[in-house]
Amino acid sequence: MADGDALLRLEDVHTDIGRYRILHGVDLEVRRGRVTMLLGRNGAGKTTTLRTIMGLWHARQGRILFAGRPIEGLATPDIARLGVAYVPENMGIFGKLTVRENLLLASGPKGLAQERLERVFACFPALKTKWDAAAGLLSGGQKQMLAIGRAIVEPRQLLVVDEPTKGLSPAMVEHFIAALLALKEEQTTLLLVEQNFRVAQQMGDDVAVMDQGRIVHRGPMQALVGDEELQQRLLGLSLGAAG
Amino acid sequence: MSDAWRQRLNEWSPYAVTPLLVLAALPAMGFGPWLTLTVAGLTMGMMLFLMASGLTLIFGLMDVLNFAHAAFITLGAYVAVTVLGLIGGWAQADALGPNLAALLVALLCAAAASGALGFVFEQVIVRRVYGAPLLQILITMGALIVIEQLVIVVWGPNALPLPKPPSLRGSLLVGTSPIESYRLVALCVGLVIALLMHFVLTRTRLGLLVRAGVEDREMVEALGYHVRRLFIGVFVAGTALAGMGGMMWAQYQTLVTSQVGDSMTVLVFIILIIGGLGSVGGCFIGAILVGLTSNYIEFLSPKLALGSDILLMVLVLMWRPRGLFPVAAH
Repeated sequence: MADGDALLRLEDVHTDIGRYRILHGVDLEVRRGRVTMLLGRNGAGKTTTLRTIMGLWHARQGRILFAGRPIEGLATPDIARLGVAYVPENMGIFGKLTVRENLLLASGPKGLAQERLERVFACFPALKTKWDAAAGLLSGGQKQMLAIGRAIVEPRQLLVVDEPTKGLSPAMVEHFIAALLALKEEQTTLLLVEQNFRVAQQMGDDVAVMDQGRIVHRGPMQALVGDEELQQRLLGLSLGAAG
Repeated sequence: MSDAWRQRLNEWSPYAVTPLLVLAALPAMGFGPWLTLTVAGLTMGMMLFLMASGLTLIFGLMDVLNFAHAAFITLGAYVAVTVLGLIGGWAQADALGPNLAALLVALLCAAAASGALGFVFEQVIVRRVYGAPLLQILITMGALIVIEQLVIVVWGPNALPLPKPPSLRGSLLVGTSPIESYRLVALCVGLVIALLMHFVLTRTRLGLLVRAGVEDREMVEALGYHVRRLFIGVFVAGTALAGMGGMMWAQYQTLVTSQVGDSMTVLVFIILIIGGLGSVGGCFIGAILVGLTSNYIEFLSPKLALGSDILLMVLVLMWRPRGLFPVAAH
């Protein structure tokens, strides 16, 4: 991987939660305009890695560079303002606010730009019909649409999404794959945590696999897709079983 | 019934509690006393809302349990004594206009003094104990004692009289029901402030941020907003509201002691719990419920009056364990 391509780079990142060390020297690179999938078993440290990138938990050691600038000491709002959108595992929807208000919060000081809004509606038409509904009343899939929609309602350099297809029906998963692939075609840089390997291999250009707080494999997604033994060793599955 | 309808019914049913209470009280006491007590209950509710609304936002937004909130109520009351003393010409004039102007000046001064102290308090004390609930309780309780003692140093240990302005001393007769003039003024002031808060919270971006922050502070930060800075503003506004509430309450009682805030603390916390932590709407309805219930029960069954607020809280929590309109996810 060429160094100049890296939009986000983690170097030897260690993170503690309370008295426990969760990340033990994570090295990760997210290249500009590509989709990087972060895979690993439950408890491997994927969510902690995303939260550390966002400054929600601070790295105890190591460096995090975004567009060449160190961000490990910045507060979460300052990281977000650099152009990083984050969708947490629980989607982070404000249930008491309407769909419109949820999107408005993610927009700039001038409010919602019609052109960006049309783009969100093009990806997720259901949001248009639920415009004035309380977000808490949406279905799980619609909430995830809103969470992703909120992340793309303003231009961002990087989208960090934690398990976008978790708990969704197969039809809804297909919908999300299509939406995320549309983002990929627009050269949006994405870092996705995904448990479903079938989904991951459809979307990912690059892959990093975590185990016990470390990156144990990095490389092109195609290399992992083509190596069932590696899948078995790293993820405890084969593509056939996952599909 | 579909899940969506059940959810809607569940959300809207708390709004029916107050009208049902008011209607249920009517046959029990007859129209005359009912009207007098309903106005008295609503007025008391408005003053309680002023005192409690800031605290619910402070807790909802930053999980800060500020037991020193009572000190800001007390400070507002004492500032009113001083200000109304300084503009005694207006306050004791025999005309409604100057009387109302005096009350307005005292109200604004009480808000400014409590808000200013609130700013210093947040910067010097509260910011050091974010995320440490036990320390918050200890340090804010300690601060409450210190501020109350400082109030005694400045204004003296004796209770101070705060006579109502002459034109607000009597009662108006609505049919055969006497309604105290001051109560009507307090009711209007409370309503105006409640509507202003409602406007700010529902129609402005600042309000949107506050409501979102109460629900999920972390996500608001991940969207690029410094909740910490927002919280300073909310803390100052909350303490200013407490000062206003203290001023209105002291004027109603016509007497100010250094315990005026303390005496309201239990009621304020009951309102927060009934309304649902972090919910301004819940706080509004909770305050009115407490005001109405205590007035009705005092009339219908004076022996029960001492425990009516606790009884109300128990009943509400048995129905909705997280309060009528829970917002904060903590």
